[in-house]
Amino acid sequence: MESKRITLLAGHYGSGKTNIAVNYAFYLKNLGKDVVVADLDIVNPYFRTRDSVDELNEAGIRLISSAFASSNVDLPALPQDVYSIFDNRSESAIMDIGGDDRGAYALGRYADFIKDENDYEMLFVFNKYRPLTPTAEDAVEIMREIEAACKIGFTAIVNNSNLGEITTPEDVLASVAEAERLSEFSGLPLKMTTVTENLVNNLNGKIPNLFPLTLQKKIV
Amino acid sequence: MKGNEAIAEAAIRAGCMHYFGYPITPQTEIAAYMAKRMPKIGGVFLQAESEIAAVNMVLGVAATGKRVMTSSSSPGVSLKSEGISYLAGSDLPALIVNVQRGGPGLGGIQPSQSDYFQAVKGGSHGDFKKIVLAPSSVQEMASLTSTAFDLADKYRMPAMILADGTMGQMMEPVELPEPNAKTFDKPWALTGTKGERKHNIVNSLYLKPEELEKTNFERYERYKEIEENEVLFEEYLMDDAEICVVSFGITARVAKNAIVEARAKGIKVGMIRPITLWPFPNKVLRAAADKCKAFISVEMNMGQMMEDVQLAIECKKPVYLCNRVGGMIPSPEEVLAKIESVNEGGDK
Repeated sequence: MESKRITLLAGHYGSGKTNIAVNYAFYLKNLGKDVVVADLDIVNPYFRTRDSVDELNEAGIRLISSAFASSNVDLPALPQDVYSIFDNRSESAIMDIGGDDRGAYALGRYADFIKDENDYEMLFVFNKYRPLTPTAEDAVEIMREIEAACKIGFTAIVNNSNLGEITTPEDVLASVAEAERLSEFSGLPLKMTTVTENLVNNLNGKIPNLFPLTLQKKIV
Repeated sequence: MKGNEAIAEAAIRAGCMHYFGYPITPQTEIAAYMAKRMPKIGGVFLQAESEIAAVNMVLGVAATGKRVMTSSSSPGVSLKSEGISYLAGSDLPALIVNVQRGGPGLGGIQPSQSDYFQAVKGGSHGDFKKIVLAPSSVQEMASLTSTAFDLADKYRMPAMILADGTMGQMMEPVELPEPNAKTFDKPWALTGTKGERKHNIVNSLYLKPEELEKTNFERYERYKEIEENEVLFEEYLMDDAEICVVSFGITARVAKNAIVEARAKGIKVGMIRPITLWPFPNKVLRAAADKCKAFISVEMNMGQMMEDVQLAIECKKPVYLCNRVGGMIPSPEEVLAKIESVNEGGDK
């Protein structure tokens, strides 16, 4: 799978951006790249990239995260070392953006750096089973709001349609048509469909560009 | 979907077309969801200038007999408390959601259950109760929202969903309730007399103390009926249990894991999970006190529900506390350790 120097993950809140960011970081690391993950989420109080800090450290993946992430205060702060992404172009960077247009505002301040270098892809994470994005039309609405907020256009779509632990292969298969509609509707390619590891065998060969999500965080 | 979204969508399906709120972590997704959905279905979403304004807007809509709600998290619910008392004093049905965070004061944004007293003991001035429901899954966030609206209408009083930050933020699959066709006769509602009936008055002010006393006594007769008929709880492995864990909301899930582990070690332990915190499941706990040797209250506060357990069982058996506070969640290992030590003779 082709990748760019900077990968931006954005979409509706709760669509699975953080989980994909962490798993994609491992994927790039396994290809032998130096990888950095930046948590730009200023919206979500819980379930942050910081929760995977041990696994990332162990794998030698650098994490840029606000000192206030997963803490007891509600400060929408951006870490200063995000700028190191643009200074050190030898690293592959994954930027995990907060949900919806509200979350994407934070990305806007880096838009010029990203567009000047012009070696990025911005992935829209789509989960058909989220209550506010069941159709391509609903998803495109959120897509346009995010683009307006961060001043960068999406370049591809990630189909992450799932129902958590009870997701069946049929649920994933049933989502592909809507993801393809979204692709057609928005004019963007469908880069991959992400599934948990236990579903990979069942779906191999049935869905193009299947991407296994090996690392899962479970809270309670 | 997220727990907060489940509440919002279930409320809409229960016929709630009016939402008034003010943002606060970790419940803001309720407001965000309403902001997106309400304009599309002809409902009203209004972000008020404060929590106090929001709850008084709720009172206004409730007086017209329409289903209405507000939501907040701990410090915001404190601000709403005056309005909640006025709702109770005016005999108005409404839903208040509290997705709790750590306290007291500004506390923190991580989950907590430390508003138990505030929720079940009034939390505002005056003699009154509100129905308090404690969901333990995202599914229950949805289903108990419908229940709360129905009970509030049935008994003409405010109802509260007492959740916590984890319940609000966590994502689980949900089967949403069917749109609720249940309607309640509301002859008291302010709908305009059209010149055909005497005008209704919704008010909590009584000029004569004799009359105010009478309304209070009448209200408490209604509360007795609720205590008799509306208690909800779940029993888990209680048939042969010698130790009874009592826990609600998110901690009940942690406790369940610990109980499975303890059972594997041969310890006879079960759980009673109150789903209504008021009315509290006194009868089933009292019955358990005849069979069990000890109780363990697992909660994310300094032992608030523990006092209700002691009252329910009339202090017949010791009640131990297993707790974390300040935004910390007890682990199954911590609960298991407590079960083991109580099983071996108890620690206080």
